[in-house]
Parts: sequence; C-alpha cells; structure tokens
Amino acid sequence: MRTQATQSAVTDADLYLTLTVAGQSCGVPVLVVRDVLGPQVITRIPLAPPEVAGSLNLRGRIVTAVDLRRRLGLPPRAADAQPMSIVVEMAGELYSMLADAVGEVVPLRQDDSAANPPTLDAVWREVSKGVHRRDGQLLIVLDVERVLAIGGGR
Amino acid sequence: MDDLLADFLTETHEGLVALDVALLRLEKSPGDKPTLSEIFRLVHTIKGTCGFLGLSRLERVAHAAENILGLYRDGVLTVTPAGVSLVLRALDRIKEIVGGLEQGGSEPAGDDAELIGELDAAAGGDGISTLAETEAAFNNAPAPAAVEEPLAAEAVESPSPVAKPSAPQRRAAPPPAETPAAEEAATSGRAPPQSIRVSVDVLEDLMMLVSELVLTRNQLMQLSRARSDGAYSVPLQRLSHITSDLQDGVMKTRMQPIGNAWAKMPRLVRDLSIELGKKIDLEMRGADTELDRQVLELIKDPLTHMVRNSGDHGLEGPEDRRRAGKSETGRIMLNAFHEGGHILIEISDDGRGLSLDRIRQKALTQGLATESEIAGMSDGEIHRFIFRAGFSTAAAVTAVSGRGVGMDVVKTNVERIGGTIDVASVEGRGTAFTIKIPLTLAIVSALIVEVAGERFAIPQIGVLELVRVGGGSGSRVERIKDAPVLRLRDRLLPLVSLGRVLGLEEGPSQPLGEGGDAGFVVVTQVGANVFGIIVDRLFDTEEIVVKPVAPILRHIGMFSGNTILGDGSVIMILDPNGIARVTGVVADGAGARAAENKVASAVRSSEKTSLLLFRAGDETPKAVPLGLIARLDDIPVEQIENSGGTPVVQYRGQLMPLLSMSGGFVPAEEGRTRQTVLVFSEGERSLGIMVDAILDVVDEALSVQAGQGRPGFLGSAVVAGKVTDVIDTAWWLGQAGGDWFRPATATPASRRLLVVEDSAFFRELVVPALAADGYEVVAVEGPAQALRLRERGEMFDAIVSDIEMPDMDGYAFARDVRGGGPWQDLPMVALTGRVEPAAVARGRAAGFTDYVGKYDREALLASLSECLAVPVAA
Repeated sequence: MRTQATQSAVTDADLYLTLTVAGQSCGVPVLVVRDVLGPQVITRIPLAPPEVAGSLNLRGRIVTAVDLRRRLGLPPRAADAQPMSIVVEMAGELYSMLADAVGEVVPLRQDDSAANPPTLDAVWREVSKGVHRRDGQLLIVLDVERVLAIGGGR
Repeated sequence: MDDLLADFLTETHEGLVALDVALLRLEKSPGDKPTLSEIFRLVHTIKGTCGFLGLSRLERVAHAAENILGLYRDGVLTVTPAGVSLVLRALDRIKEIVGGLEQGGSEPAGDDAELIGELDAAAGGDGISTLAETEAAFNNAPAPAAVEEPLAAEAVESPSPVAKPSAPQRRAAPPPAETPAAEEAATSGRAPPQSIRVSVDVLEDLMMLVSELVLTRNQLMQLSRARSDGAYSVPLQRLSHITSDLQDGVMKTRMQPIGNAWAKMPRLVRDLSIELGKKIDLEMRGADTELDRQVLELIKDPLTHMVRNSGDHGLEGPEDRRRAGKSETGRIMLNAFHEGGHILIEISDDGRGLSLDRIRQKALTQGLATESEIAGMSDGEIHRFIFRAGFSTAAAVTAVSGRGVGMDVVKTNVERIGGTIDVASVEGRGTAFTIKIPLTLAIVSALIVEVAGERFAIPQIGVLELVRVGGGSGSRVERIKDAPVLRLRDRLLPLVSLGRVLGLEEGPSQPLGEGGDAGFVVVTQVGANVFGIIVDRLFDTEEIVVKPVAPILRHIGMFSGNTILGDGSVIMILDPNGIARVTGVVADGAGARAAENKVASAVRSSEKTSLLLFRAGDETPKAVPLGLIARLDDIPVEQIENSGGTPVVQYRGQLMPLLSMSGGFVPAEEGRTRQTVLVFSEGERSLGIMVDAILDVVDEALSVQAGQGRPGFLGSAVVAGKVTDVIDTAWWLGQAGGDWFRPATATPASRRLLVVEDSAFFRELVVPALAADGYEVVAVEGPAQALRLRERGEMFDAIVSDIEMPDMDGYAFARDVRGGGPWQDLPMVALTGRVEPAAVARGRAAGFTDYVGKYDREALLASLSECLAVPVAA
C-alpha cells in the first residue's frame, strides 16, 4: 500500500522529507516514512552486503539498517557523527535508511522537477527519480525501492 | 467463494479422511455393522449437502456409492475387496471434484458415467457373491495382524467397544457412555462436538502476540534484575508465570497429533501393496505424539515420500522374502516419540536394506567421490550418499519412486525446519530413517555466545556440550595443517572458528590455549557429524522468538533468523547446518580431505605440507605426506596371512598386500597382537605399509635432499628438528606389483613446473617426486585454475598436464595454451593412462610436446629434461 505511493509519488505537489547525505540534499516521499529516529544501537551483521549497517530494534520489530553513504558510494561519516534513521516499510519488511541529518517536510511541485542530468553519477542515477531546485540547492528525490535493492534483492 | 461452500469443503475434507480409515477397517472386518453405518452416514451427508448446494456431479457419484453402501449395510450384499475398491475409487473421484471445486469455485467438467455405471452394476447384483466366496476372498487378502475378524452377528449385538485397528483418529474425546448412538461412537471414536473450529489465522495471530509478550517479559525481567527494585519483583514474577502459562496454552492450540499427518498412510500402503504385488503391514506407534501445526505441515510430504520409498524399494516381493527366509509380509513401521525438546520420527522397514556396493558404484559413476575417497569411507558415510541430489539406487524407475528426486528433497525439507535426518541400514535386514525435528519453530531455546565483541544465538537443538579450552583448562586446540582440531575423549573433533567463518577475525586465528586467550568450544551436531565452534565467551541460554531475516540478508546462509534479546538488542541466530555447509566440516572423512585439497591444491611444494611421522625398521623417523594416506589401520596380527611370500590381509573382500619397510616379512614382535598399517589406495587397489609406531603429524616445508640412491626413499629432510627419511610412496606402491612409478634417477635442475592433474592422489605423487628432483612445482586440479594462474601473470618453464579431466580436458587446455598468451611456447608434457598411437597423435595435434604414460616416472623426468634442455643450452 505504502510502497505504491513511491511509484506515483511525484504528482502535483507531494510532501517530501528532506535529508542530507554527505552534503547532498535528498528527499523521500513522506508517505513511505514510518518513523524518524535518532541515533540507535545497531547490531552489526557479519557477511552482509557492505551497504547494510546492521539491524536495530524498533518497538519489538527488527529493522534492517542501510547506510545511505555506503549505498551511494560516499566516504564514511566521521567517527563521532551519529546518523539519523529514516524507517520505511517495503514488502512488509521494515528498513532504516541512515542519513547524516534529517531536515523538514516540504511540498515539491511536479513542475519543478527535472529529469536526471546525463552527467549524474551512475550510482546516483540508479536511485534518483528526478532533481528539484529548492532554495538555490539541488535536491535529489530518492526511489526508496531502488535504494533498498541490495544483495539478494538486486 | 462463499461461506457456505467453504464450510462444505471443510466438512467434506474431514468426512473423506474419516471415510478412508473406516473403509479400510471395513475391508478387514467385513461384517462390522457399526463401521458400515458410519460409512453410509458419511457418504450420505456428503451427498445431501451437495444436493443442497446444487453440485450435481458430486451428488451423482456420491449417490451411486451410497446405493452400494446401503445394500451392504442392510445385508443384501456382502462386502468384497472388489466392492471396497470400487467405493474407494468413487471416493477418489469425489476428492478430485472437491479439489477442483476448491480451486475453481465450481465443479470441474468431467464424465462420471462409466464409474457410476460400474457402481450401479455392482449394486444391481453383479457384485453379489456367496458368503463362502467372500470368506475365501478375505482369507486370501492380507489380514490385519492384531485384529481378529469379529462375526457379524456379534458386532450387531454388542454395543461395547469393538477392538479398533491402530489407524489414527482425529482428536476428539471419546465419552461413549453419554452418546445416544453408543454403537456408532464406540466404533468411530466420534463424539458430540466438544471442540470448535478456529481459523488458523487467528491462532497464528495469537502466537505472534504471545511471542511479543515473551520478549517484553524478558526485557522487563532484565530491567528488574539490573535495578533490584523490590516493589516490582513480585508482580513481575507473577506476570512472568502467567506469560509462560499463556505461552504454553497458545502453543497447545497449535499442537496436533502426528497421527494427522499419518491418516493417509494406511490407504497409501494399501494401494501400494496392490500396485506392487507385495504384502505390506503398516504399524504406527505414537500417533498421538503432538507437534506444532507448522512443523506438521512441513513434515507431511517428506514422510509420505519415505513410506512410499520403503514400500517400493525397501521391501522385497513375497517371493524374494521367502527365499531370504523372512515372512512374506513386509513391515513398515512409523514410530514417533518425544525426546528432550525434540520429536523423533522413525521410519523403518524389514526389507532388503541399502546395497553398499550399488551406492558406491553409483557415487563413482556420478562423480560424487573418487575411488580412493570411497575406499576410506565408513558404511554410514556411504549410506548418506542417498541424500545427495539426483541419487537413487532403485534399478528401475517406477511410477512410485526411483527417479532420484527424493531423499535430497526430504533432507532439504527436514533441514529447513531445523531438523536432521539420518539413515541406518543392514543389507538384507532393513533400513531405518530417523528424523529429529524441533517441537516448534516459533520459540526456541538458544545459547548466547560472543565472538569478536559481537553476540550470536546458537539454537540448543544441535548443541551437545560445551568445552572450555586454553587458559590452563587442560584442553587445548591443536592443529592439523591449518585446520584446528580438539582432542575430546579420544576423538578428534574438527573445529570451526566462528570469528573467521563470519569474517570478524582476519588472518590465521590465534593459537587458542597455547598460553594465549581462553575460549570455548560449542560441540555441535549436524546430522551424524559432530564439530566444534570456537567462540570467545558464553552467556546463558534464553528463550528466543525466531524471526525471519530480511530478504536482502537471506543469501548469507549462516543465519536461520534473528531475534530481540531481553536487553532489547537485536541478535542474529546462527544456523549450524549453514556453518557446516559453508566450512565443509560435515564432509566426513575423505570428503573433508578432498575439500582441504581443493584449498591447498594451488600451494607450492616449497610451502608447508602435513607430514605423518612414523617409525619403521630402524630408528630414523620416516615421513610421508599425510594427503597420500587413505587411512591408518590397526590390524590384529592373526588376521595377517601369507600369500606367495607376501603378507596380505583381507580387506573388504579383497586381498591387500602388506609391505614391510625393513624388507621381507618380519614376524610380529613378541607379545605384539596388533599391527599398525598405513593404507594407500588408488582405485580398486589398496596397499598397506607396516610400521612400528606412528609418531606425530607435523607441518613442514618439505625440502628434500635428493636421495643417496636408496630404493624406497626420496631422500632425507630435517623434519621437526630431526633428520627424517622421506619415503617414496611411488616406489612402495610399485612393490605391490604392476605399473606404479619406478625409482628415479635424479637430474636436479631448478625449474618451475606447473602440474595440472585432477586426481588428488596423483598430484600428491607427482609433486613430491618432481620436487625431489629439484623442480619447483605448482600443482592445480584443473585447466581452469591453471588458466587463472596465467591471467595472474605466473610464469613456468614447463607444463605437465593430465588428459582426462572433468570440465575441460587436456587437449582443450593445450589448444588454449598454444592459442596465444605468455605460455604459448612452453613445453607441455601430457601425462595420461592411455598411451595409444591415436591418443598420442591427438595430443601432439593439440599442442603437447611429449606424451608420457601416467605411471612412468622415469620417462616423465627424462621427457622434462629433454624439453628443458634447449633453453638450458641457449
């Protein structure tokens, strides 16, 4: 149900949650977000794909954490920096996307959207649904399903 | 599908199962009135309901069947096996239609005229037989072992319970006294409804909620322990008890007697016995043993398959059985019972047992193992080949089984629910399978361990014991080659370092217990294999709720799930089956050695090899590469016989020659009753070398000082600080007669050789032999690896390659090498068992420089020095 929202998200003026990964602003449709959490205790999972940071406990449910920096091929965050968790649900499973910071919920108009520029990095192009200009900054709308297509799911 | 139809389907399913059982009972005791009445009533109910729902096809079939049954009940017709078969066929048709109804929501199309015609004809009188005939028919039919056939008159008059065959009944409390229709209840065990139907979803939801409650309870308990706040501890204790009781209660609702999964077996066995012309008795014990619904569902199909297997190729036909001096009627036994939190199910038959020879042969032809590996295997290990994919020993493929898609699927299914399966068989006496499965999948007891600072849960089901190692505890981890082992009560236990398996620790693991850190070994059993898992710390055990891992992690294979511990942290649950699979520790005996060889095959001869040190003849220690030895044997001296001046011993129906290192047959020393023998095997041949004592196993870089021409020795080397004679296995094998290697004349030259040879045995022969001649040898087990070395830019002076190899043969390899690249101009020597002109020509055409017989060591060395002579001169 919620996952369908990711597909038809960019309509007239949808709400997006903004987040920052290594200085880049990104947005995810607010409808797919279940929770935003502060720093969490994350259990490492040996042998897991490198993008998977581990698992965490969200009120009795196990959530798999995906580090957006690693997913997008960016350098790791500073040792003392604590990531934020954006929890989304996909196919009945909970996932947490780890970002450096979470911003606010903003409406984005379809008209402002531009297609991915051809020069966009391949990793970014894979997960980007389009680029918006906002307050003089470029904001990349993330396709959550693509972001979470890792390991066995890819 | 509307509710009415859904209800009808549920009811009809129940009715059909009960009918199957009742009809078989009827066949065994044809005059049993209460059974007849019950059957009639069941069919009548089905017919009535379908008429009401407008299911015309079902109604007509049920009606025709009811007609016959009515006549049986009223005594107009006598019951015959043919009649029962006809009714069973009608039931099958009903099942078919009901199945279609379930899928499509309406009756499938089909023509029942023929069946109905037969049923009507039987009802019309064609089926009538005299009482005498019927009795004759039943005397010939397979009679039930336990139940005497009650006389019809007796059964009618007696309202007391009639002895029931052991066929399983659905669960229902039988209070016969209260029932008005005491006659029926007594026989069928059915009672006025004291149970209600609850949808499975509701139960699943309840179970999930209870699981969450257990987790929360665990968390609360942990908090309370940490705080030691008295005010909460009492109500918390109470909450804990109630939670446990609730958990038990909800679990109980999910429990079902295993008899439910067996209900179809009597029918299956009956059909099987008719189809195969065998007489089969099915005995079922412990049908009321309860287990979790979910587990039951998953175990149903494997069980059916195994019973079918037992009937089809486990049991012999009556003729064969008589000849083997057994009773004509074969027996299949199902036995279920609880044992320590698990359920054990045994499926056994008293048939012909598994044929070791056939399995060996099949394993060979399918390339599952080499001859030398098989020769070193115990019977149990050989039996377990039947669990390999595509393996079937049935000579003929029948409709029932023999297609080789069976036991591996059974094993996979059993393992999927955390169970294990094993087989024991005695040829001519029978086969017994044992399945061990957990009571439930939802909540398991697990041991919490720590390695490299991370915690993991290991399900208790596989844990046999815990051993503390190192830190002055007496036990310590030793090493054979790189593989850690633990000596535990006189057996060597292979060990797996959890940290390394999970990639948490890099490089060679620390020598545990050698004055270093203390650790623990979790002794674990997977199937019949036992191995140890090395961990850093142990915590207590905890009841955990198994939750499946996220889809993006499922490929890892080491984890069976994850869970939340009492302290709220997430923890991964290890899957011992997965660990065993990944590390290969379960590959028993020779298999493990093969796996090791794979790892070690690309190792240079100048790197470390495992050597077995022993004493034989004189006092100088002798060494032989461990990989060459098939096994060590301890033979009673009186078993050693003399044949043509050579001592021999009977081994697996063959004579194995025994050689003495000191030359000639030395009679056993005074007072010695057993002789230690190193056994070498290749193919059918085995050879034993008698030694005085096994000294040690060491890892050494083997740098042999080329020999002083002593036959049987490659030369000497310093091993473990002592001068040691390295024996020339090839020479000794040659002593056993025939075409093994002959002693060499050493022509030292410092050249780098690549040996491509798929047989581990010959690799181990060739590498030391060439190394002793001063070559630096790299051995790989196939062209693929060789070509990878080429890609890596490795350079050699010459290539020695086998011809017959799987995947890519020597010819293709040679063509590839000659086709271009840095190896294009290297001399290549083909090494093969086939030296025929045609093969030689083909080899030369493919690009081989020379062609040498596989056992001809001298020729190989001569050929190599010839090939390399030109560049040396240049």
